[in-house]
Amino acid sequence: MSRITSYFKSLLLIEMFKGMGLTLRYMFKPKYTMRFPMEHIPKSNRFRGLHALRRYANGEERCIACKLCEAVCPALAITIDSAPRESDGQRRTTRYDIDLFKCIYCGFCEESCPVDSIVETSIHEYHFEQRGENVVTKQQLLAIGDRYEQDIAADRAQDAAYR
Amino acid sequence: MSAQPANNTPPDMVNIEIDGKAMQVPKGSMIIQAADKAGITIPRFCYHPKLAIAANCRQCLVEVEMGGRPIPKPQPACATPVGEGMKVSTRSDKALHWQRDVMEFLLINHPLDCPICDQGGECELQDVALGYGRSVSRYTERKRTVADENLGPLVATEMTRCIQCTRCVRFMGEIAGTYELGGMNRGEGLEIGTYIGKSIDSELGGNIIDVCPVGALTNKPFQFQARAWELIARPSIGYHDALGSNLWLHTRRGEVLRTVPRDNESINECWLSDRDRYSHQGMYTERLHVPMVKRDGTWHEVQWDVALKAAVDALREAGKDIGFLVHPSTSNEEGDLLRRLAKGLGSAHIDHRLRTLDFADAPVARAFGTPVAEMDKVGAALLVGSNLRHELPLLGHRLRQAVRHGAAVHAVGSLKIDQGYALAGETTVAPQHLPSAVLAIAKAASAKSELTPSSALAEALSGVEADAAAEAAFDALSKASQAVVVFGEMAATHPQASWLRAAARYVAEAAQAGFNELPLGANAIGLARGGVLPGEGGLDARAMLAQPRDAYVLYGVDLPYDLADDATAMQALLGANTVVAFSAYAGRSLRDVADVILPLALLPETDATLTNVDGVEQSLAAGATAPGQARAGWKVLRAVGGELGIDGFAFDDFAGLRADLHEAEAPQREGLCPREAAVGGNALTRVATMPIYRSDAVLRRAKALNDHPLTRGAAVRLHADDAARLGLSDGGRARVGDTRVLPVVVDTAVPVGAVWIESAYADTASLPPYGAALTLSKA
Repeated sequence: MSRITSYFKSLLLIEMFKGMGLTLRYMFKPKYTMRFPMEHIPKSNRFRGLHALRRYANGEERCIACKLCEAVCPALAITIDSAPRESDGQRRTTRYDIDLFKCIYCGFCEESCPVDSIVETSIHEYHFEQRGENVVTKQQLLAIGDRYEQDIAADRAQDAAYR
Repeated sequence: MSAQPANNTPPDMVNIEIDGKAMQVPKGSMIIQAADKAGITIPRFCYHPKLAIAANCRQCLVEVEMGGRPIPKPQPACATPVGEGMKVSTRSDKALHWQRDVMEFLLINHPLDCPICDQGGECELQDVALGYGRSVSRYTERKRTVADENLGPLVATEMTRCIQCTRCVRFMGEIAGTYELGGMNRGEGLEIGTYIGKSIDSELGGNIIDVCPVGALTNKPFQFQARAWELIARPSIGYHDALGSNLWLHTRRGEVLRTVPRDNESINECWLSDRDRYSHQGMYTERLHVPMVKRDGTWHEVQWDVALKAAVDALREAGKDIGFLVHPSTSNEEGDLLRRLAKGLGSAHIDHRLRTLDFADAPVARAFGTPVAEMDKVGAALLVGSNLRHELPLLGHRLRQAVRHGAAVHAVGSLKIDQGYALAGETTVAPQHLPSAVLAIAKAASAKSELTPSSALAEALSGVEADAAAEAAFDALSKASQAVVVFGEMAATHPQASWLRAAARYVAEAAQAGFNELPLGANAIGLARGGVLPGEGGLDARAMLAQPRDAYVLYGVDLPYDLADDATAMQALLGANTVVAFSAYAGRSLRDVADVILPLALLPETDATLTNVDGVEQSLAAGATAPGQARAGWKVLRAVGGELGIDGFAFDDFAGLRADLHEAEAPQREGLCPREAAVGGNALTRVATMPIYRSDAVLRRAKALNDHPLTRGAAVRLHADDAARLGLSDGGRARVGDTRVLPVVVDTAVPVGAVWIESAYADTASLPPYGAALTLSKA
């Protein structure tokens, strides 16, 4: 009996029509696809992307070279050298390198920072073209911070109540 | 548990119980000492085992029960002596409560600046606060701030962080002996400072960094360089003096960033002289990174094989007439290879005694008669021509401890030196009269003891009168149960050192005192034992420069400062056909004379053994990485010797090299130089000393030490009478000899007839040596 039923089913292409019906239904449903990079999916303000070093409003860099981020980094991605700054003898970094190939974006560096200097921004679209560009330097990190300070500050303000 | 039968207790011990653990401890010891011995940790800040008890931090409060009754008030464990049947609780609820409360008080005024504090990560306050501090402060008022003081180039201050434990104050008073720090005001107003805003000039001042439990006093050259957790500690040995202080090199990526003491009770205890602590800066200044060869008068940086070939060709060509000058801080292994090299090349002219002027008794450095560890127990001492605090800083500290326990120290020399304590007697005469002054003590010795002096000495003694000071000095030595004669660098480098040595040694033997001759160089004893001395018919260091050789090998010599008579030496070296230099630095003078310079690793960068003043061989493993293409000396010598095909260079590794090390105590020889007549007229006799922070190539390049007040700069120092006679005034300028013009300092340390010009400064190089007559005139 079952052989006869399946014979008729395959003869009348019922399964194909079922499938085509599904396709037809999806034609009228809203689309999931984003037209990246013109469109972005919404992101949490806690997203941990590319790093940045922040400054105070008066332009002074926040980082005081305490090296807690370097110590806490589980991937050993951060390398810091420090010395008294020549102009005023303050404790400052002379080198602040993050190897983005090593980084696992855990956010510990940001959590450990006593002056909210190193942060992970919500930037996740970046690429390297040359070998060695994966190591971002202090100057680059400060530049990222300068450029996205408003976004960084807004993200942190949104999360302030939970910190 | 405490049911120890009473008759089992030795008379000088008592039974106590700490945290339920019964123990026997010596009478009179403090609870904290007993607890430390038993491995029970009591938090503390002001207590330091080497310093007097102050009991002012109150962190070590414990609960004590005595005779079955609890003492109602908390007792400081560091200042409460143990008593029979005492029961101590260090972790009871009450004790912990007290300790937490004290912690809260201490943190009231302590700034929360750990992220920018250099002590962060190695801070006693941080550690104790983690265990005893509250997580949130209840204190909302203003914290106090204290103005900083500039303590000089070695110690950085942040006095707001100070918790007034007074360890530094006690260190400067009790150990360094300079009382340069003190507490001003009372209560909350208490501030630690120098009173008058001066810097710390002690040669041991760096130790206050180690004793400071917080970040109030930190290492200035190391300031903000690294965190404690980034550093790898490697055990090493100090190589600027023959004490051989044990130390840790704190390195990062192969570079020494700081140096801290490594405990060794028989050598440096838990201290370190500033010279050993801060010299690492010099390891990275002006270092030679690549081999260099001079061709047609210009220097070329070359590969190792080219440089080695040049050196080997030069040595082969020079034949037997090569003078080997070896720096006295060269390790035993390198010294032995140089001896093998000289032997293989057929030269007997090899010497390490670069600073010696008088070779009449073929002097070699020998181990101390009174070991370092005994120096703080002597009852009397005689210092012959010694600025002990600068020559061996930590030995000076040991002797000072002896003085604190009542030792009488007499000094005889050409300079009135501040030894940091009151001397029982002091004779200061111009260098040409120094032999007479020491002979006077020997005369007193010969009159009061049965030991007969050698015939030459007896003859000299017959013409000498022992004055009261000499008698007193000898009496003090002979009466003390343990005594020592310290024969200092100023005596050993004296142009008539053989007389001084013979007389001083006789005095020591007559008084049954130890004879401690300070070696001229960190490994002079090891090199003397290793036979880095002129062979049969060989010339000593001074003679091989006075009678110029055709070729020289300079090993670790920093020209011109390392040589006693540098003017003569430079002439001989400039006139030589070939000079092969092994050196970590290529200074201008070395470039002038050398034809090949092979870059060496410094001692912290090589495997080596050094022999210290007690005759103890201490080995050190390479702790830092040599910069550039610089290589360990023994490897370079291995390559040179192997290329020349000389015996004794077939070893494969360091162990193989050590397997056939030569060792023999050099024989002691009698011999006295001719006594020179005293200089007359307007001439003054030069006293030449090596300033504490200019005494070797590394130190001369260590920036912080050269900025220190003890590096005083080139100057002519003379007695006020001589200055008045010559028309010179303090702060003016004097012409020395024909050309040199130096600033004048009228110095009470200098006796009449002498002029003190420190060597090893650019401006004092190539002046006539120690003991030479100088004519001064107003410039």
